[in-house]
Amino acid sequence: MENAVSIRNLSKTFGKTPVLKNLDIDLKKGEFTVIFGPNGAGKTTLLKLIATLIEPGEGSLIINGLDSAEEPEKVRKEIGMLSHESYLYGDLTAEENLFFFGNMYGLGKQQLETRTAYLLKEVGLETKAEERVSTFSRGMKQRLSIARALINEPSLLILDEPYTGLDPKASSVFEHILKSPAFEASSKIMVSHDLERGFALCDRILVLKAGRIVYDGLKGDFSGFSEFKEACAPLLA
Amino acid sequence: MIRSLYIAAKDLKAEFRTKQMFNSMLIFSLIVLVVFSISFGDFLGDSSKVEKLAPGVLWVAFTFAGMLGLSRTFVMESENGCLEALKLCPVDRSAIYTGKVFSNLIIVFLMEIVTLPFFVVLFNYSLDSGTLLLLGLVLLLGTLGFIVVGTLLSALTLSTRTRELLLPVLLLPVLLPVLIPGVEATAGVLAGNGLSGISSELRLLAVYDLIFFAVSHLVFEYAISD
Repeated sequence: MENAVSIRNLSKTFGKTPVLKNLDIDLKKGEFTVIFGPNGAGKTTLLKLIATLIEPGEGSLIINGLDSAEEPEKVRKEIGMLSHESYLYGDLTAEENLFFFGNMYGLGKQQLETRTAYLLKEVGLETKAEERVSTFSRGMKQRLSIARALINEPSLLILDEPYTGLDPKASSVFEHILKSPAFEASSKIMVSHDLERGFALCDRILVLKAGRIVYDGLKGDFSGFSEFKEACAPLLA
Repeated sequence: MIRSLYIAAKDLKAEFRTKQMFNSMLIFSLIVLVVFSISFGDFLGDSSKVEKLAPGVLWVAFTFAGMLGLSRTFVMESENGCLEALKLCPVDRSAIYTGKVFSNLIIVFLMEIVTLPFFVVLFNYSLDSGTLLLLGLVLLLGTLGFIVVGTLLSALTLSTRTRELLLPVLLLPVLLPVLIPGVEATAGVLAGNGLSGISSELRLLAVYDLIFFAVSHLVFEYAISD
């Protein structure tokens, strides 16, 4: 089966500082991978490379069979990204934000209307569709940013610290959407410091430390969270 | 191209909802015109002196007012990480530049259209429709040159802490090839010269616009890269 992500000999340097060193990773389609690691391990840099936001110094990155260096626009079409930033325009309404990003992803008018209505309902903002985002509470913005990340029906979801600042309602909406049939099939890569939540959601665990993969295993390798926590604690120090 | 129009439409919708950029530019340009008209009050009856002073005053007002707007153009994108969201969209990154050029051009040109009647009144001009159209063409070409370079430099200075200071310092020297023919063409139009009298300045402006649009279009991706 084709991999969702294939990384070969990937390195990235900022100035003279190496951030990622010769990474080789294969992530299967439909797999939920969580990346743990201490601060400065290179987790966000790895996600930005996969999202084509930055270019690798060395190595190759294949997303759903597409070379990200040669066909970055096609790769971006496959990706949805949820960050700790909302990626929303405060002066536009919730619906206008989703329409704008849907248009940028090339969605047709009918598809865009259906998709926007569905996502607003899923995140519980259907009655706030015509209100400006600047008037939203933090939790409402977070829920809308979940809808924004999913507007293009991404086959690969990149989640960069998605729980940062999420209120309990937004967290449960987020988890409900991730587990919903519409998104169950998509591959997911999440960076998180929340070991328990990350472990609960994932199929596979990577631990990144000082730019290298120091652990790559399956959730099934552990009998439960306690065993995982005990095993990974030295790696995350 | 359609994606650039979506970006421009989004910017215009947000701007005309709040009018933050438009109002500050308009007020600034009006203040400049009023201050200069008061300062040069003694000359206003002498048309030969007005003809020498007024075109420069008009371009000073438009250039500095436009700069106020340009310094804000990518601020909206940097808030909440929206520039990163745009970079994640499956479009060539130069589409972001083109969209921003469209929206900036419309906002700044609108500001100029609203300011122009005040200029005509304050500096005692009486312009027929042909002259106004020609003046509009000069302003459009000059403003386009200002916007194509200003939009690129605004993106370049986005991540600097002193962007409001840095933008004019970088922009003004690059703008001289627009400002000089712009002021000369405006003086020619206000003096009653027809299209033939200002054709060389118009050609210069058009060439500048084309060259700097093409160059900026090519290098914009690097200007917004991390």
